[in-house]
Amino acid sequence: MITAAVPEREDYLNVSHGLKSWLLTKDHKRIGLLYLATITLFFFLGGVFATVIRIELLTPGGGLVSSETYNKLFTMHGVTMIFFFLLPSIPAVFGNFFLPMMIGARDLAFPRINLLSWYLLVVGGLFALFAMLAGGVDTGWTFYTPYSTTYSNTWVIATALGIFVAGFSSILTGLNFIVTIHRMRAPGMTWFRMPLFVWAHYATALIQVLGTPVLAVTIVLVFCERVFHIGIFDPALGGDPVLFQHLFWFYSHPAVYIMILPAMGVVSELVSTFSRKAIFGYRIVAFSSVAIAVLGFLVWGHHMFVSGQSLFAGMAFSFLSYFVAIPSAIKVFNWTATLYKGSISYATPMLYAFGFIGLFTMGGLTGLFVAALGIDVHVTDTYFVVAHFHYIMVGGAIMGYMGGLHYWWPKMTGRMYPEGWAKLSALVIFLGFNLTFFPQFILGYLGMPRRYHTYPAEFQILHVLSTAGASVLAVGYAIPMIYFAWSLRYGKVAGANPWGATGLEWKTASPPPLHNFDKIPVVTHDAYDYSTVVGEAVEVG
Amino acid sequence: MGLLRLFPVQASTFAPDVDHLLYFLLAVAVFFSLAIFCSIFYFAIRYRRRSENELPRAIHGGMALEILWSVIPFGLTMVMFTWGASIYFNESRPPDNALDVYVVGKQWMWKLEHLGGQREINELHIPVGRAVRLTMTSEDAIHSFFVPAFRTKQDAVPGRYTTTWFKPTKAGKYHLFCAEYCGTNHSRMGGWVYVMAPRDYEAWLSGGASGGSLAENGQKLFDELACGNCHKPDGSGRCPSLSGLFGKTVQLAGGATVKADEGYIRESILQPQAKIVAGYGPIMPTFQGLVTEEGVMQLIEYIKSLGPPPGAPAGGIAAR
Repeated sequence: MITAAVPEREDYLNVSHGLKSWLLTKDHKRIGLLYLATITLFFFLGGVFATVIRIELLTPGGGLVSSETYNKLFTMHGVTMIFFFLLPSIPAVFGNFFLPMMIGARDLAFPRINLLSWYLLVVGGLFALFAMLAGGVDTGWTFYTPYSTTYSNTWVIATALGIFVAGFSSILTGLNFIVTIHRMRAPGMTWFRMPLFVWAHYATALIQVLGTPVLAVTIVLVFCERVFHIGIFDPALGGDPVLFQHLFWFYSHPAVYIMILPAMGVVSELVSTFSRKAIFGYRIVAFSSVAIAVLGFLVWGHHMFVSGQSLFAGMAFSFLSYFVAIPSAIKVFNWTATLYKGSISYATPMLYAFGFIGLFTMGGLTGLFVAALGIDVHVTDTYFVVAHFHYIMVGGAIMGYMGGLHYWWPKMTGRMYPEGWAKLSALVIFLGFNLTFFPQFILGYLGMPRRYHTYPAEFQILHVLSTAGASVLAVGYAIPMIYFAWSLRYGKVAGANPWGATGLEWKTASPPPLHNFDKIPVVTHDAYDYSTVVGEAVEVG
Repeated sequence: MGLLRLFPVQASTFAPDVDHLLYFLLAVAVFFSLAIFCSIFYFAIRYRRRSENELPRAIHGGMALEILWSVIPFGLTMVMFTWGASIYFNESRPPDNALDVYVVGKQWMWKLEHLGGQREINELHIPVGRAVRLTMTSEDAIHSFFVPAFRTKQDAVPGRYTTTWFKPTKAGKYHLFCAEYCGTNHSRMGGWVYVMAPRDYEAWLSGGASGGSLAENGQKLFDELACGNCHKPDGSGRCPSLSGLFGKTVQLAGGATVKADEGYIRESILQPQAKIVAGYGPIMPTFQGLVTEEGVMQLIEYIKSLGPPPGAPAGGIAAR
């Protein structure tokens, strides 16, 4: 179990003991840790699926598993990683733990609803796990109709219900964040004194609350058609299969921003802390998060350029998609400019921030390729798209998540992780990631379709490279699991503010007391004012 | 070949267009990536932390820079949009003289039929230098007709027609894939497109001759289903005449109009109540389940082949 750094002092970890004190906790910090444990399990599960997929693709003819099994593997990889790891990851773990602390609150606005959110994720996850153990599901995480409603003979309903229930976890978390940010800020914590992590989570919460219900409705419609044969999507029953794609992407494109916006929030904190500079263009970075959230709702049709939607719709969605590129680019430019004349530390969280910026830049720039109609017709449903979204979701969201985990680990546990091992694993992850996914851009442009169990022999070299990279990546993810566990007992005791960061979460003990602050802080400075934390400062720049 | 290819072969008129846009995007991407990576490397080394107590002077931003790095990328993205959209526009506008081929996707094969009645499965034989228009649908899940060498892809959607076209520029044998996940044997749902010299193509056509052209078979089906009992050529039947119908604008009950294309005729056979021609009653029964997707395609070709009835005024001219 986690042992507190200074046993005499009471903190949120040692204030009570026993399973019941965790399963019935209303403390946002403990709930954050419950989420951390839950999504780590799902990340491991999704990783196992990915491993089998990559091993199978070493040879063009298949052979390790049957096509039925292969199709289930990539479906369950996607379902697990997206709905039960990436969507909850940063908001549910770090948002839960740190959003109230960053604005100087004692908890979220609705602590009981917060606990309910975690139970909903667990129940949804159990549905999905049941489906996987009972025989799996083979529709792809996209559940396209009429395949999913009429032709698939797998556990579609159980999986979809799991996603439906987990969706309410996401909605309630978003609702909790919005109310907390509006109502629970400490005295002096004005909107433009909030850390950019909080701004990013506000924007994320808007998508969670406004987008997720559409997914829920879509799942209900799939249920009605599959179980009661009410014609909604299957043309044989009088339905429209493309309607499903509109509904699905109306949620699932903004859902990409549920995954990436919180990571952008983390990166803003890291870049500022480890260069000891205010974020260049703070307000613009804050507004760009909201702009991404709003514009993200207007671009869903760019997933459907070859679906048979009209020429005009294709052009409109391509045009609008380019608008969402601008606020993303602005963030990258502003992070880079923040480094200028800073005092730059190479601590592990900053290495992850560098990694995020590099990989997100490549993911974002290849997004310009797939938004271009003429190119997308060729590359959609190929490995080019697979590479593109893994650069965003793994290169972006997971790098941000790992950066945040290292950054806040001392605050959450009171212990430091071993810096040398952490730097090594950050490097291994970066290299392994690129070796896994860069060859997939080339594969995709050459015409290798996604979701293929077997493939023409000419694609084998690139697949072997990709699998080699995945092995390196697996090692990179395994190392932190070991040293984080090790650090709980043997890690150096962390002080209240080991990084010299400005956020309010660093102005209280590590680990924090049950109610976060002994006294509610009064905020008198902007978010990133380092003159308040550097004692006997040596002015540079 | 043992060599590692980085780009697919170019075998249609679209391929160089798409590749040129790709080169432009690559240039932009490499430029911005390098600009970002080099700046980060330079700043990270130049401004590395030398003592624990360093306090850099805060810089809160600069509106001129913000505008600069918003406007320039926006301009570039509008070039990408316009360029990409112009290719897409061309891909949706087949030339009038295009060779028609009908495609039906089903789990897990492609069934193709030429106007002359030649049928193929998972293979498509076409002449080099001639535009080919595909009209496609699916019998079950959604499939997607993808020929990387042509840079074209189009979903085949059950319940409707979608179309695409291409003009092959180089004889050869090219991969045909299904690109939309469609179940167990999705990765085996494919084959080859054979682009042939015109003389070889003519030889292939005559070698693959079958029991009658699409239109001829359509006429047989038309008679078998007794369509002519109501759709009389001179318009005296209980249903509208089909002579010279194809390509015309049809006046519907309720005031709307619709162009009589393949999709409209398909819908009128399978869901006759969807659009009622002005002046006629909703009396036609559905032929869903009585006629296959291939049968519908034959009927469409037969209707296309019907010229205007003798003595009809100009304007009712069939498309071919």
